[in-house]
Amino acid sequence: MKVLVGVKRVVDFNTRIQVKSDGSGVQTDGVKFSMNPFDEIAVEEAIRLKEAGLATEVIAVSIGGDKNQDTLRSALAMGADSALLVKTDDEIQPLMAAKILKNLVEQQQPKLVLLGKQAIDDDANQTPQMLAGLLGWPQATFASKLEIDGDTAAVTREVDAGLETLSVDLPAVVSSDLRLNEPRYIKLPDIMKAKRKPLEVIDLADLNIAASASIATLKTSAPPQRQAGIKVESSEALVAELKARNLV
Amino acid sequence: MNKILVIAEHANGVLNSSTARAVACAAAIGGEITVAVLTTGSCDVAAQAAGLEGVVSVAELTNPGNAQALAALQAPQLLEISAGYTHVLAPNSTFGKDLMPRLAALLDRPMVTDIMAVQDARTFDRPVYAGNAITTVQVDDDGLVLATVRGASWPPVVQTQAPVTVECQTSDIDLPAHTRFVALDGEQGDRPDLQAAEKVISGGRGLGAAEHFALVEAVADKLGAAVGASRAAVDSGWVPNDLQVGQTGKIIAPDLYIAAGISGAIQHLAGIKDAGTIVAINKDPDAPIFEVADIGLVADLHEVLPALTEML
Ligand SMILES: Cc1cc2nc3c(=O)[nH]c(=O)nc-3n(C[C@H](O)[C@H](O)[C@H](O)COP(=O)(O)OP(=O)(O)OC[C@H]3O[C@@H](n4cnc5c(N)ncnc54)[C@H](O)[C@@H]3O)c2cc1C
Ligand SMILES: Nc1ncnc2c1ncn2[C@@H]1O[C@H](COP(=O)(O)O)[C@@H](O)[C@H]1O
Repeated sequence: MKVLVGVKRVVDFNTRIQVKSDGSGVQTDGVKFSMNPFDEIAVEEAIRLKEAGLATEVIAVSIGGDKNQDTLRSALAMGADSALLVKTDDEIQPLMAAKILKNLVEQQQPKLVLLGKQAIDDDANQTPQMLAGLLGWPQATFASKLEIDGDTAAVTREVDAGLETLSVDLPAVVSSDLRLNEPRYIKLPDIMKAKRKPLEVIDLADLNIAASASIATLKTSAPPQRQAGIKVESSEALVAELKARNLV
Repeated sequence: MNKILVIAEHANGVLNSSTARAVACAAAIGGEITVAVLTTGSCDVAAQAAGLEGVVSVAELTNPGNAQALAALQAPQLLEISAGYTHVLAPNSTFGKDLMPRLAALLDRPMVTDIMAVQDARTFDRPVYAGNAITTVQVDDDGLVLATVRGASWPPVVQTQAPVTVECQTSDIDLPAHTRFVALDGEQGDRPDLQAAEKVISGGRGLGAAEHFALVEAVADKLGAAVGASRAAVDSGWVPNDLQVGQTGKIIAPDLYIAAGISGAIQHLAGIKDAGTIVAINKDPDAPIFEVADIGLVADLHEVLPALTEML
């Protein structure tokens, strides 16, 4: 069973986001970028499937600029077998990302596609569901547990009401939630080994995918900031304050 | 004129209040609002939707496959009826997030996630970077607008009007058999629902152990509040996942939010930005939660929480 994993390069989750004063976006110069945290979990899950003898090959794919090669090298260092960069300097929105991934799925014929549930930059939470829709495959989003059994997968999903379990036929698209696993730390020898693993770069134009309708971003603004209020000294004072404000 | 379809979220015969919030957003867009209710045939939920202020019609789609809300089965049914509309909206709950992008892909349309504000019928504000930036986005062609609606930004419309008619349609298209519901493991407690509650008290890693969550629950019961948690508390296995508040948990806007033993990581704060009053109880005076708290108390929660239970 081949597994395809999507990895997006995003502003590191620890970064304090600064909105540019001209409203054109957020500051990305001199900012640390990393693999989207949910994608790290997806890569980890794929590797665990391989270690368990359930997957035969793990292919990491990323769509974006040349710097995404670093992100793919991280996936290779974690244990992916090979990597594929679909190169473009354009902004890629979820519908287009899904079409590109569909194209790669048709080429690579994986039985499972593992993606993150959302990219922490656009917070779209769309690409996995769109890919599954385009392929006509089952989707199991927000996964916190994945068990493969022959041609089916039992997936536990984190939904608003609790934990939902689905049974889906493979091939399927699964999107990872935070509690699916804890990604491993990359060790130095793994980084060395990753340098020798295959990383193929394909130009997006060569895939001949027709452009999709997209959504225009007119402006980016800073959210209203909450201000620190008062400090109280004791539980009694807290209760008095809550009563004074008619909150209790 | 805009024709807006709002997809209802419901479970166990009860319409989720997220639907009334999505209807509020539809009203801000302006136009004729229809609610689509996918059921196995009982008309109870459709009748609830029919009473929502501003709704002009309810389309009930019945199919045996609707016993559970499975995106792979519901998207094709909605594809059948979407054509006549200018907008299709759903709540930005796990239900809507799962379903809408799949429907959008079937329609070959882009989608707007998490509408916070409506600028005009095709221009919306939505959060990115865990709410640390707000983008104004526009669906700038004349095709169908598909979007999910951020519950915390839209107070639900009331259920007061004389019910409009419900049009029942049986959907007889073949639905895929590749996705099957197995089980739902959810805590059905007596406490108010986290996303609807006016007061919420959450506990974090500072509680130190699962059994100490009882301190939070005791205050909750005194206040009639819902209980929430940080990711650290959920990951530690102290409380179930559906209590998580934050970027990847629930986004809430209660009048009162009390955070006990929670440091205030940006991902947690992303879930409470729209709360009325934030109270923080933390023994570390430098905890970032104090930068956003309206009322802060630097103290040990093991003393404060029992004292609050006593005094409230
Ligand atoms: C992609 C991503 C998504 C995430 N999504 C979420 C999310 O949705 N929700 C979320 O909450 N987190 C989320 N996180 C995790 C987040 O970054 C933090 O790790 C988490 O919120 C920390 O939880 P905490 O505040 O309970 O624990 P800590 O940060 O460990 O804070 C514990 C606090 O308790 C205080 N304390 C300790 N003992 C006491 C005592 N006796 N009395 C009073 N105070 C005490 C300490 O001073 C400290 O401030 C996410 C992280 C990532 C990477
Ligand atoms: N440019 C990209 N390259 C690789 N994977 C992507 C890309 N964009 C989105 N994805 C995948 O889709 C998931 C959800 O992204 P989004 O729909 O943007 O929130 C991510 O976690 C990735 O797994």
